[in-house]
Amino acid sequence: MLLQAVAASGAQPHPLSGTIAEWIWLLPLLPLLGFVINGLLSLNSAHFGPADPSTTTHDASSEGAAEASPVAHGEEPGAGADDNHSVKRHRWAGVTSIVGPGVLILSFGLAVAIWQVMASAHPEAPFIQRYFSWMPVGDLQIDAAIQLDQLSMVMVLVVTGVGALIHIFSVGYMRDDPGYPRYFSYLNLFVFFMLVLVLGGNYPVLFVGWEGVGLCSYLLIGFWFNDKQNADAGLKAFIVNRIGDFGFLVAMFMLFANIGVLDFVGVNAKALDLGAGSALVTTICLFMFLGCTGKSAQIPLYIWLPDAMAGPTPVSALIHAATMVTAGVYLIARSAALFSLSPVASLTVAVVGAVTAIFAATIGLKQWDIKKVLAYSTISQLGYMFVGVGVGAYVSGMFHLVTHSFFKALLFLGSGSVIQAMHNGYHATHSTEDAQDMRNMGGLRRYLPVTFVLMWIATLAISGIPLLSGFFSKDEILGSVFARAQGSTLSSASWLGIPGGTLLYIIYGIGLAAAFLTAVYMTRMMLYTFHGPTRTGSEEEKYLGEAPWVMTGPLVILGILTVIGGWLNLPKVVTDIVGVGPGELLAHFLDPVVGSATARITAGATEIPATTEEALIGAAVVIAVVGIIFAVARLKPANVPRARDAIPETGFEGVVAHKYYVDEALDRTVVEPTYVVSRSFLWRFVDNGVIDGLFVNGSAALARTFGWIGSRLQTGNTGIYAWSLVVGVLLLLGAITLR
Amino acid sequence: MLAESLALTAALFIIGVIGVLVHRNAIIIFMCVELMLTAVSLTFVAFSRFYGTAGQVFVVFAMTVSAAEAAVGLAIIIAIFRHRRTINLQDINLLKG
Repeated sequence: MLLQAVAASGAQPHPLSGTIAEWIWLLPLLPLLGFVINGLLSLNSAHFGPADPSTTTHDASSEGAAEASPVAHGEEPGAGADDNHSVKRHRWAGVTSIVGPGVLILSFGLAVAIWQVMASAHPEAPFIQRYFSWMPVGDLQIDAAIQLDQLSMVMVLVVTGVGALIHIFSVGYMRDDPGYPRYFSYLNLFVFFMLVLVLGGNYPVLFVGWEGVGLCSYLLIGFWFNDKQNADAGLKAFIVNRIGDFGFLVAMFMLFANIGVLDFVGVNAKALDLGAGSALVTTICLFMFLGCTGKSAQIPLYIWLPDAMAGPTPVSALIHAATMVTAGVYLIARSAALFSLSPVASLTVAVVGAVTAIFAATIGLKQWDIKKVLAYSTISQLGYMFVGVGVGAYVSGMFHLVTHSFFKALLFLGSGSVIQAMHNGYHATHSTEDAQDMRNMGGLRRYLPVTFVLMWIATLAISGIPLLSGFFSKDEILGSVFARAQGSTLSSASWLGIPGGTLLYIIYGIGLAAAFLTAVYMTRMMLYTFHGPTRTGSEEEKYLGEAPWVMTGPLVILGILTVIGGWLNLPKVVTDIVGVGPGELLAHFLDPVVGSATARITAGATEIPATTEEALIGAAVVIAVVGIIFAVARLKPANVPRARDAIPETGFEGVVAHKYYVDEALDRTVVEPTYVVSRSFLWRFVDNGVIDGLFVNGSAALARTFGWIGSRLQTGNTGIYAWSLVVGVLLLLGAITLR
Repeated sequence: MLAESLALTAALFIIGVIGVLVHRNAIIIFMCVELMLTAVSLTFVAFSRFYGTAGQVFVVFAMTVSAAEAAVGLAIIIAIFRHRRTINLQDINLLKG
């Protein structure tokens, strides 16, 4: 295989060949190995029985399933004191605790080593390893190939790095779940597919990873499948994603039909053959974007992500916030050569992103489930990323993807700590209160001080408070939108009759508004969770406590990354003023991959003056600060009733609290008609009537009828046989001679 | 000359066929079948008279086969008679649909 790789790259060896980058295949294989080991362990009999069979014990699996928020049984000293529930830890939990996170840490180590080589070599061309021919069909030549370039390197570092931290956190969060090895086998499999997705050298290989992460998402959302609600949520995610995948597939077919190649290098080289701004390239891009809206939860296919919160919280952090849902952003950055050719498609991406950002942010304002707030926040932030890649600021989009993976993973894992503490409390008192409802929280800063501080850092980062990572990345996206509103290829295009320039100013305004709402709903979440009086209950308060180090450790690391993540790509205007370090590191790093596409979009764009840029940054900061102050001033955590005493919101607030009734509307317009058509037409008529009745029973009846007729001819009278023989011969003879 | 020979064999064959169709006694039907076979053999001989000896070879074959067939056929008829006390084919009709 090495010979093939050298032969393919021609006489000039790639700067990365012969280095540790040759070991790139090991990167996805390590998590796959973890999947196999943990999967085999999970097949081994479930768990230790109770220590004393006569003790009445809760069955951990059925109890966990029956609760609204099933969380692993905690291990805090307080939790077990007068709680005689035996914890049904899996027999192989110890092995899984080492293998599960271990393979990820090894992968991350390898990724860092490869990154170091790459950073010093700074290759202009992607490093491609072809392992074998996968689909040689006529003109269609698809290899099982890995493509390593700066873009996939960034994604690999995020996936393995943040993934490793979340795996470590999961050890604390899930250790006492009876399905612990199964959980880690799914999680490892997810990382394997995610690495296939970001390392694939052509669209079909990427698609394998794309589908694989969807499968793992489904498996993990429905991890506690004893509860039908969770299983349904998994199903919903899977089905909604299928709609998007259809778009992605169509885009691939059209690419192959028109330029005959599907590998990224080939597509980049031949993209111009499609014609800049042609209807064809726009159609391809829009179909591809349909796939992105499914995977990355954008309007109209965002509806699965809030439901996906039914899975374990670390899963929400890894799959439904930090990595998988960003695959759509990655795909557009990866296909920058195509999208930069179609201003209409690019503007569509930006518009959908902006509308999603503000729409999800408004819903986030009225959610009481702590994970639902974060889910809508994720959708909103993904919208930001799509605004970034939509306006051709591929680096900014990727930058926000990276910083978002830091602070959103931190927020989700922090909420995991909170939920576990709450669960311990309610578990100890056998209460059936909702451990995820913020109305039952309040004042938790006294019990979870580390989580409290770290989550405030992440909240400030996502709101866009200066010097934290989210500030730089979000500001860069908004700045790019503003800069492209004049003189770029986007501003001269028109979208549904609206001039591109005007549209970009509108998008910028929506972005600012969404930033304001982000600051409000995140502050609201923090206030209700950590401030004010404790509403958990006096008995339960004794059991609230900080999580063990194995959970807080990853939180601390993510907190550090959240603070310093912005240094990855300091904007020029900041480095000029402050005079610190080299700026735009990520932009330089990614330049070989997306540089030419960005240049195509910005062709003719005027550089916005530094004073304007400073004013824009100032406006964004003011908006974030005002949002936080507004939330602090308006919201009174002391006056919030507990969940069971709550009065439902009315009027517009009620509409928002019910997520604009989108799910209900879709139920009425799509799901129920589908049921009705399926039941009355497809089932009763087509399946029962046509297929069972006409085809299956019909052919049987036909055969029976002909058999009956044939059997009547068999009279047993030899004379009649002889007569028919002779008549037949005469007829034949007559037919032959008289012809 | 050939035409007359063929007319004769055709007449013989048709007599055989009619015999098979109208009679009910197994022995008579059997003899009529033999008559048809003989008619065909005669046709071969007639053709070999004009087109070479290949026809005569066929006749030898046909006689061998019909001898064997007669042995088996008569044995079956005797077996049927012992069993059913009749060889009227109209009474032997157990095998029917």
